[in-house]
Amino acid sequence: MAIMSFIALKMLIGDKAKYIGIIIGLTFASLLITQQSAIFAGMMTRTFSFLSDVGLPDVWVVDPEVQYIDDIKPLQSTEVYRVRSVEGVQWAVPLYKGSLQARMDDGTFQSCILIGLDDETLIGGPPTMLTGQLSDLRRADGIIVDQVGANGKLARRLPDGKRAPLKIGDSVELNDNRAVVVGICQITQTFQSNPVIYTTYSRATTFAPQTRKMLSFVAAKAKPGENLDALCARIGKQTGLKAYTCDEFKKLTFFYYLKYTGMPVNFLTAVALGFIVGITISGQTFYNFTLDNLRYFGTLKAMGATNGMLLRMILLQALVVAVIGYGLGVGAASLWGSYFGTHSQLAFRLPWQLLVITAVAILFICLTAASLSIRKVMKLEPAVVFRS
Amino acid sequence: MPEPTTTPANGSKIAVRCTGVTKTFGSGTNAMQALRGVDMDVRIGELLMLVGPSGCGKTTLISVIAGVLRRDGGECTVFENDYQKMSELQTTRFRGKNIGFVFQAFNLIPTLNAEENAAAPLIINGTKRRDAVAKAREVLQQVGFDERMMRSFSTDLSGGQQQRVAIARALVHNPRLIVCDEPTSALDGETGHKVMELMRNLALGTDRALIVVTHDSRIYEFADRIAHMEDGRITSIEESPRTTS
Ligand SMILES: Nc1ncnc2c1ncn2[C@@H]1O[C@H](COP(=O)(O)OP(=O)(O)OP(=O)(O)O)[C@@H](O)[C@H]1O
Ligand SMILES: [Mg+2]
Repeated sequence: MAIMSFIALKMLIGDKAKYIGIIIGLTFASLLITQQSAIFAGMMTRTFSFLSDVGLPDVWVVDPEVQYIDDIKPLQSTEVYRVRSVEGVQWAVPLYKGSLQARMDDGTFQSCILIGLDDETLIGGPPTMLTGQLSDLRRADGIIVDQVGANGKLARRLPDGKRAPLKIGDSVELNDNRAVVVGICQITQTFQSNPVIYTTYSRATTFAPQTRKMLSFVAAKAKPGENLDALCARIGKQTGLKAYTCDEFKKLTFFYYLKYTGMPVNFLTAVALGFIVGITISGQTFYNFTLDNLRYFGTLKAMGATNGMLLRMILLQALVVAVIGYGLGVGAASLWGSYFGTHSQLAFRLPWQLLVITAVAILFICLTAASLSIRKVMKLEPAVVFRS
Repeated sequence: MPEPTTTPANGSKIAVRCTGVTKTFGSGTNAMQALRGVDMDVRIGELLMLVGPSGCGKTTLISVIAGVLRRDGGECTVFENDYQKMSELQTTRFRGKNIGFVFQAFNLIPTLNAEENAAAPLIINGTKRRDAVAKAREVLQQVGFDERMMRSFSTDLSGGQQQRVAIARALVHNPRLIVCDEPTSALDGETGHKVMELMRNLALGTDRALIVVTHDSRIYEFADRIAHMEDGRITSIEESPRTTS
């Protein structure tokens, strides 16, 4: 039966205007769907990039009221000791996370994220050091600045108007305290995209605006073989705080943003738009293409082509445009993503699951159009061939 | 389900036998009785012309005979097969094997070239593309096509050439009955004449029957018999001058 395929393909490709129209529509739809969902995925990953960067701890202990990672409700600094005393905890360290104002040379202020690491272990530091070393934080007034911030928002303005990236040895004024850059690091882009400054916990608490409680998180490591869920429950019970596994904390943050920001709506609107474009342009053109060829489908039917053969012809036509449109669209989206992903701070993540989602969407559009066409051709009376 | 037999009983010279065939389109006040009891035989080996005023039911009758339209009543057998006793699928397969079609408007698929169009019935019947096209080229050669014309698309062919492709297509799978609805009315007189000559010379055979619906009295001379139709009935069947002279 495969032999009818060349007739189906020639029919499709021979009608250049419609063929190209259908493919452009599908390309656009799959481009839009892939690109928007990749941006969405990228943004959502950034919401918990801090957790991904810290990496080492597998349990995070916070105030029970905390709803997501940046919802900081400070704890008593003594909570670290209470967590350490829980059975099954290998180690526990304090972490400070907060924002503060950096005063620029020209007198303007730049909002930064300040992260304070346990003075002793420096656990929770940046994943990659570009220049300098993490241990340099132990030097007086030492801070490490992320590269994007150092080259961008924190870059100093030179007298000739040019901007020079922040480098080792430069000093920065943080909340009226002098700090000295001892290293430049690379981090996963954060959601707010403010510069990130690392320092020790004790120094962070002196830089930051003073409050009664300063401890943001207790990050803990379980003893080998310890069941994480059981450990979290135990910590919660003994301290009255809330302990999350790293994945749970990511999920909590992810769903908070999903629920309380406009991002999903934005994203769904774009995906729906892609869908509508696909259905209206490509679906309709495909259906019109079938209608245009109804006379020939009727002729084939009169000449002995069964409904099954005609169905396969139409399905083949739909699949061909689906595959081409999908390929072009996803290809264009990846090119777009890899260009702007490296040339800008764009959040763009294209895991295989998104490729599957787009494929399903495009297939759905094509099969919907094809099913209308198939219905029409199935119901076609072969007697129409004699009517002019 | 057994394949319907296509071989007539021994000694039968009848390709198509219609008795009291009726067909009504629509219902109620809109009902249009297109066939009001058609009695007609078509013999094997003959070219029968079906003539009559517009709207008298000629197209409806050949649609019923060719198995593209279901009759309402009466009897109609084609090589002793009755469509009414076949499923939809069996009817379609029967058409594919046994019936050739020639249309007034040619109905060539515009995105296929002449040889591919002519090969279509074989492909539908399951022949490999290569073999089907090879066979189609043979038949196209018989209707006078050269290499260049075989690869032409219908937009580059004249009406007469297109109808010759259609004739090749109707013949390529060696069907036992060929139905033609006004095959010459889109062509000028001389071209029509040539097309009918081709039909007689190529299509007519000892085991095949042709039914040609026409308005065109200039081609009556190509008929073996002429059936006159009026208001949904056959009023008379005459032997043509060709066979009487
Ligand atoms: N599908 C249909 N639905 C309703 N009425 C129909 C249909 N097909 C044919 N008719 C009617 O049946 C009658 C016979 O039509 P038919 O096409 O068989 O005539 P014809 O002899 O072929 O005419 P012509 O010479 O103009 O082609 C006409 O009155 C026509 O209007
Ligand atoms: Mg007619």
